[in-house]
Amino acid sequence: MSSHNKETVSFEFKPDDFLMAENHSIGIDRVYPAQSYWKDVLSSFLKNKGAAAGFIAIVFVIFMAIAGPYMNGYTYNEQIIANQNLAPRVPVLEKWGIMDGSETMSTSTGKVTVNRYIDSKKTTGLEKTYYWFGTDVLGRDMFTRTFMGTRISLYIALVAVLVDMCFGMSYGLISGYFGGAVDNAMQRFAEILNGIPTLVIVTLLMLVLKPGLATITLALAITGWIGMNRVARAQVLKLKEQEFILASRTLGAGDFYLIFKEILPNIFGQLIIMSMFSIPNAIFTEAFLAFIGLGVPAPLASLGSLISDAFKSFTTHPFMIISPVVVLAVIMLSFNMLADGLRDAFDPKMKEM
Amino acid sequence: MKRYIVKRICISAATLLVILLILFLMLELMPGSPFNDEKLTQSQVALLNAKYGLDKPVFIRFLNYVKNMLSGDFGVSYTISKNTSITTLLSTRLPISIRIGGQAVLMGTVVGLILGLIAALNHNTILDTLTTVISVLGVSLPSYVFALGLSYTLGYQFKWFPLLYQQQEAVKSSVLPTISLAMFTVATVARFTRTEMLEVLGSDYMLLAESKGLPGWRLILIHGLRNALIPIVTVLAPLVVSLMTGSLVVEKIFSIPGIGSLLVTAIQSNDYNVIVTLAFIYSAMYIGIMLAVDILYGLIDPRIRLAKEDDYEQS
Amino acid sequence: MNKDKVLSIRDLSISFQTSAGEVNAIRGVNLDLYQGETLAIVGESGSGKSVTVKAIMGILSGNGKIKSGTIDFTSRKSGEEVKEALLSYSKKEMRRRINGRRIAMVFQDPMTSLNPTMPIGSQIMEGMRYHYKTNKKEAYEKAVKLLDLVGITEPEKRMKSYPHQLSGGMRQRVVIAIALSCDPEILICDEPTTALDVTIQAKILELIKEIQKKTGISVIYITHDLGVVAKVADYVAVMYAGKVVEKGLSEEIFYEPRHPYTWGLLSAMPDLNTDDEVLYTIPGSPFNLLNKTEGDAFAERNRFALNIDYRLEPPMFQITETHYAATWLLHENAPAVSMPEALKERIKRMGEEVDLRGGE
Repeated sequence: MSSHNKETVSFEFKPDDFLMAENHSIGIDRVYPAQSYWKDVLSSFLKNKGAAAGFIAIVFVIFMAIAGPYMNGYTYNEQIIANQNLAPRVPVLEKWGIMDGSETMSTSTGKVTVNRYIDSKKTTGLEKTYYWFGTDVLGRDMFTRTFMGTRISLYIALVAVLVDMCFGMSYGLISGYFGGAVDNAMQRFAEILNGIPTLVIVTLLMLVLKPGLATITLALAITGWIGMNRVARAQVLKLKEQEFILASRTLGAGDFYLIFKEILPNIFGQLIIMSMFSIPNAIFTEAFLAFIGLGVPAPLASLGSLISDAFKSFTTHPFMIISPVVVLAVIMLSFNMLADGLRDAFDPKMKEM
Repeated sequence: MKRYIVKRICISAATLLVILLILFLMLELMPGSPFNDEKLTQSQVALLNAKYGLDKPVFIRFLNYVKNMLSGDFGVSYTISKNTSITTLLSTRLPISIRIGGQAVLMGTVVGLILGLIAALNHNTILDTLTTVISVLGVSLPSYVFALGLSYTLGYQFKWFPLLYQQQEAVKSSVLPTISLAMFTVATVARFTRTEMLEVLGSDYMLLAESKGLPGWRLILIHGLRNALIPIVTVLAPLVVSLMTGSLVVEKIFSIPGIGSLLVTAIQSNDYNVIVTLAFIYSAMYIGIMLAVDILYGLIDPRIRLAKEDDYEQS
Repeated sequence: MNKDKVLSIRDLSISFQTSAGEVNAIRGVNLDLYQGETLAIVGESGSGKSVTVKAIMGILSGNGKIKSGTIDFTSRKSGEEVKEALLSYSKKEMRRRINGRRIAMVFQDPMTSLNPTMPIGSQIMEGMRYHYKTNKKEAYEKAVKLLDLVGITEPEKRMKSYPHQLSGGMRQRVVIAIALSCDPEILICDEPTTALDVTIQAKILELIKEIQKKTGISVIYITHDLGVVAKVADYVAVMYAGKVVEKGLSEEIFYEPRHPYTWGLLSAMPDLNTDDEVLYTIPGSPFNLLNKTEGDAFAERNRFALNIDYRLEPPMFQITETHYAATWLLHENAPAVSMPEALKERIKRMGEEVDLRGGE
């Protein structure tokens, strides 16, 4: 049992070793460099590579949506029938043999590669013409149209966030805060509305109104807020019994002060995440509507309607569908990754797992 | 539990009634509805008037309408196939849509659960990352992108599966549509399973179960997955919605003679009666599934099943 | 010493890999548990007490790594002595041979430590069914008996209950029943009463004591509450910053503490008779295990620190056959420092109280 008391330390004691230590800072509680909540959120957000990539991609897409349509000489509705169905051709890349304006066509005799820009036998008049993403069946520039379509998708994203933030959030906050009969009535209403598939609401709206951006906006406004309402309500229910609310109430704070000044700042993080998740959903809905012919009227284009148009000549000119699909996928992916990253940054439960 | 179920049923019934009321009002008031279509002959109008009792007060007409819709008498189609009863139109189309939708749900849930489980059990490894990438892609790409991709590669280039739906090759031609539809479900279920499972794996009761010395499979399946499954049930309802929307385009791409493509055609050719009927059918299916999910949720969670009769209110 | 060792931990070191760096949670711990006795491990949060027992059970979280040491478990259940080196077992082997069956654990928070979707009866029977292949009927009967033993009324009716239908105290009783279901030789209680109300705390402690009397099980308590220690422990180990700084018989720790940290802990104990206006607290914050230690980890918070404390970690000094403390104050060259007067007073008073109550 005495194995560990006889320390065989080969340690030379200094003469002052066994004097009481002087002036050491006793009793001073060490303060660890405190990170504020938002700083914490920011740093863990930046550490999340997916979220940062998503954010950068979104900034890039927004930039392209603003500037893209003016980057070449074409406009989104200018039809040059002679230039229809041209494959993509990009100045530098063409030297490497990709995107040089040629496309492979399947004919009855087999596969042939055709380049309609340059023909060794005759002048096509297109030798100096570049359509970066090609042209569609009416000879419109796909590049310009793609980024015009991106504007629509981003507008839809904005609508989704606004609906969530203005309507869904207030509805949930008020319903959860007041509780009782108010809550009951408000939630039953939301439940019934939620019981009607979005698809049905949108279809019926389209019957009453003209297909177009305003109708889609209205459809999103009717259905988009229910998820947010639920999250906001659940968060309020959790918070409203807590001491700091009670304390504020005893100090005479009014209901709306409590809701918007005390409760809201505490749950804002969750609400932002929720609204981020509703963006892809809204963009999805628009893309679907456009695909079945209920999108924005021609010659305007959204990504969904571009995909839908390109689908018709999908087997002969597959390049037309690529640019809108890729841009749509990038938008959806980056919003999803951003939302995921935000959730991880805001939700301390998921930290360090 | 009894009160919980009764309440769910009441809400479902109320929702259905509200939908019927909206549909009824649309038919009544809309200028383009079959009731005041200029092309109708005098006798047809008379027939309609007699059938729907248009001379009777609104309330009675509404009751009649509800009765007709619930008993499956949806009236006739006007533009798609003139004067065919919609019930006949649906009789071949509904089963196809339900079959493909059902296959997609089944495949999506099973594959999603397995992927999510693999990711959670191999947290922070390459498998986890791979599953996360798959699931982010799955929720980020609309199902028609998958449909187009699959039909171009497997259908058009490799010719493994028919490009378009063929009645005589029902099984083979439903493979691609099922996969395209299922991708979103796979991705969502996988994501959810992973998150829930990670939370459960870190819970105290898993630690207790581990300290009891139970074998690994029992830990994961009985103590882990069972608890992780409860919240997963709640995402099933939204998934059904996305399946319905997805079925519209997927049926259009593969020319499947289902109700999705029927709705698209009806919208494009302004066949109001068909649109309204399909709106009713979609709503009824959705409401039915939501009700089933809610009851299922109550059944598998003892905290709801055995809650005292008046403190079940979910928060 | 002629008592039988059940569990013997030697030179155990564990570290965790975190995003902030390597945390040396346990740094060379030596502990012994004797047959039928109770060992209490005391310390602040983060002192490494929970990590130590999780290492015994083989349920460290994934980023934990055992750097050195041994844990030897001696079983006498079958009549003969069987020695098992727990650290040589894989997680799977631990689950099959040790966990639940030989060593069982009661966790801190009964509100979260039961599976919410399984009736408590099944949760109790599960272990027996798996470890001993007990048939359903026998397991059921035993589970009912166990529920009765842990003081749950109408045990038959309760078998089908789900955790959410029971109160916190009842749930902790169920957790104890689960722990006892396979007749383990060691029961580890990780702060078993922290999450409960005071009145129920006492009942649970008594229950465990009673069970120990009936079954002769050896118990390890983990707690930061010296009040609990005083009630239950035969042997106490005080941990600080991943090391055992003082250990000894319960009386030795309470009446003749030698380590300044133990002095601090005893002084910081709230007590009805204290006239002091202010409750004593140990200055400073717990040692940050991310930092490398040079010298004694406690030095910065120690009013009695010597110069050497800043240069070299003190070894364990033996005081009596059972009492050890790791502080340079026990070195022969050290100045004579004794515990603060206030604490002396307090200890005297405690002793008198115990005498009054009849030497409990």
